Amino acid sequence: MSRFLLPIGFILLIVLLYVGLSLNPREVPSVFINKPAPDFSLPKLEQLDQQVSNKDMLGKVWLFNVWATWCVSCRSEHHTLMALANTGEVPIVGLNYKDENAPAQTWLSQLGNPYIFNAVDAEGRTGIDYGVYGTPETFIIDKKGVIRHKHTGPIYPQQLEQSILPLVRQLKAEQG
Amino acid sequence: MRNFIIHAVVLWALSFSAQAKIESMEFANEQMEEDYKVLIQELRCLVCQNQNLADSNAELAQDLRRQVVELLDKGSSRDEVVDYMIARYGDFVMYRPPLKITTVLLWFGPVVFFFIAGYVVISFIRKQQQSADVGISEQQKQKAHSLLDDE
Repeated sequence: MSRFLLPIGFILLIVLLYVGLSLNPREVPSVFINKPAPDFSLPKLEQLDQQVSNKDMLGKVWLFNVWATWCVSCRSEHHTLMALANTGEVPIVGLNYKDENAPAQTWLSQLGNPYIFNAVDAEGRTGIDYGVYGTPETFIIDKKGVIRHKHTGPIYPQQLEQSILPLVRQLKAEQG
Repeated sequence: MRNFIIHAVVLWALSFSAQAKIESMEFANEQMEEDYKVLIQELRCLVCQNQNLADSNAELAQDLRRQVVELLDKGSSRDEVVDYMIARYGDFVMYRPPLKITTVLLWFGPVVFFFIAGYVVISFIRKQQQSADVGISEQQKQKAHSLLDDE
């Protein structure tokens, strides 16, 4: 009996460790998938006396990208966002998270602005509503305003081609 | 030796400042303060994942502590605050995960492994005893006794 049990137990343990150790502990499963994007109404970074809202984007597939000037990896994904914006395939809305307006505006004018507009979340409350725990984070939101995917960490061209753009195209084909 | 004692006392004293929190919170009543203390012990800081909100000084932890206070101020119960956090960050935000199908292994895995290990150890010991018995026959035993008695 134990002649069989031992190797089986050993194999089970190997499988458990193999799966367990290859998981990314930073990847907190998002509870927002297939849930409506939380509402926000915030000042527009490009013109602070105007308000912007998630409702402005109803009827469109869009990316909601959480960024800040203090976020180092946001800088590394910035040129990928620029390239994506240049294709015109999907509009990107920015959430300038716990940042100051002046450096954020400078960032956009110096590095380029891939966003159709940016919402200012100086106190991070909208961030909490979206379950943001690290920047950058990117949500893919469909025509009905439902979150369909969340990408944690910087977007690289490879991920853009392999996961994000295919989903965007699929969602654009859906009925609004 | 004196140096050692001074060092020890200084380090011990320093350990208190490491416990101290940055913000001081004001509470309307004792129940609220009690709820706050329990909640920040139970809720996880999402940035520094092995710390709870009470221990962490990450920006997000500060924001979430502020959020907890605001919710309590609005009259939310302890459970409502926990639900609020779970709705945003998932079960992971709780230090004690709920018992669900996906967490069964987490809860009972250690017990299962304990019994498997116990079974293996016991069967190993039994085997050793058996092989020790089988080692020599009755005849050989008598021979050994007679040899020893000759001495």
